[in-house]
Amino acid sequence: MASSASHHHAPPTVNADGTPAFLVMGEHHVEPSTMLGFWLYLMSDCLVFAVLFAMYGVVGANYAAGPGPKELFDLPLVAVNTSMLLFSSITYGFAMLEMAKGRKGAVLGWLAITGLFGAAFIGLELYEFHHLIHEGAGPQRSAFLSAFFTLVGTHGLHVTFGIIWLITLMVQVTQRGLTPENQRRLNCLSLFWHFLDVVWIGVFTFVYLMGALR
Amino acid sequence: MSAAHHDHANGVEPHVHSHDHGHDHGDAPHGSFKSYMIGFVLSVILTAIPFWLVMGEVLPNPKTTTLIILAFGAVQVLVHMVYFLHMNTSSEGGWNMLALIFTLVLVVITFSGSLWVMYHMNVNMMPMSPHEMRNVP
Repeated sequence: MASSASHHHAPPTVNADGTPAFLVMGEHHVEPSTMLGFWLYLMSDCLVFAVLFAMYGVVGANYAAGPGPKELFDLPLVAVNTSMLLFSSITYGFAMLEMAKGRKGAVLGWLAITGLFGAAFIGLELYEFHHLIHEGAGPQRSAFLSAFFTLVGTHGLHVTFGIIWLITLMVQVTQRGLTPENQRRLNCLSLFWHFLDVVWIGVFTFVYLMGALR
Repeated sequence: MSAAHHDHANGVEPHVHSHDHGHDHGDAPHGSFKSYMIGFVLSVILTAIPFWLVMGEVLPNPKTTTLIILAFGAVQVLVHMVYFLHMNTSSEGGWNMLALIFTLVLVVITFSGSLWVMYHMNVNMMPMSPHEMRNVP
């Protein structure tokens, strides 16, 4: 009886030499959660964009006697750009649905289409940047343009890296198939890709549409 | 008896784990074709209306238009979170949601704080004529 009571107070596991083991191996094995870790990365990225949005909000009206958003922004182009990103979001979703069904070829097809939409987005954005710089409205023209190029450029860089990541995963899926590892990677890229679309909602609302209203 | 108890625990453990594994691999909650399409259609509508309002200059007052497009943007962010990012309160035992709420608090503080402070700093600057501006030390 006494020994049973003392057993209750003792640590649940003891080492071979009878000393209590505080590091419990195996039993409380926690499932490694890549998805949670990746989500935390996205949240930190969210803070990066929040700071850039705040900076644009603060200096976005300081034109230094230069051109303002009304003269510079080409809203039809932005609308096309926005639809490219939105289409790429839904096609990535289709890739994920095919992944759940285990159809490798369809996954690769939808990923390729997603990548093309992403590339079209980047192409249109580069065209816009080139056009602005050509007109003398480069990032060094005014605080407004510095903030604009930093915010939109950072988003564009994210999309560019997303495309590189996407191509890398297409190669990996081609070589190894839809293994659990590749599925996990595709899940991470899915979060990343949809997250960039969420950031773009902020960009086209706060920068382009509200800029055109000023 | 303690040994028996231990064995019992060990016997149960693999079952629990294998169950966890099975659940964990499809960890990221999958959407269905229907949920993706609902999200897509809602996004198209929520994107098209603000562009139409601004490009067509539908409303006479730009302030009203600004408020409306900001509201549309906020709703569209929520739509993306639910239908594309598959956010819910229970994924990863709630840690996803907790991290999101924490981040949103920081975002609101950073954003509104910056705008508030810098706006008032700007407004309360001593007015300067161009002449004074040229002669600043």
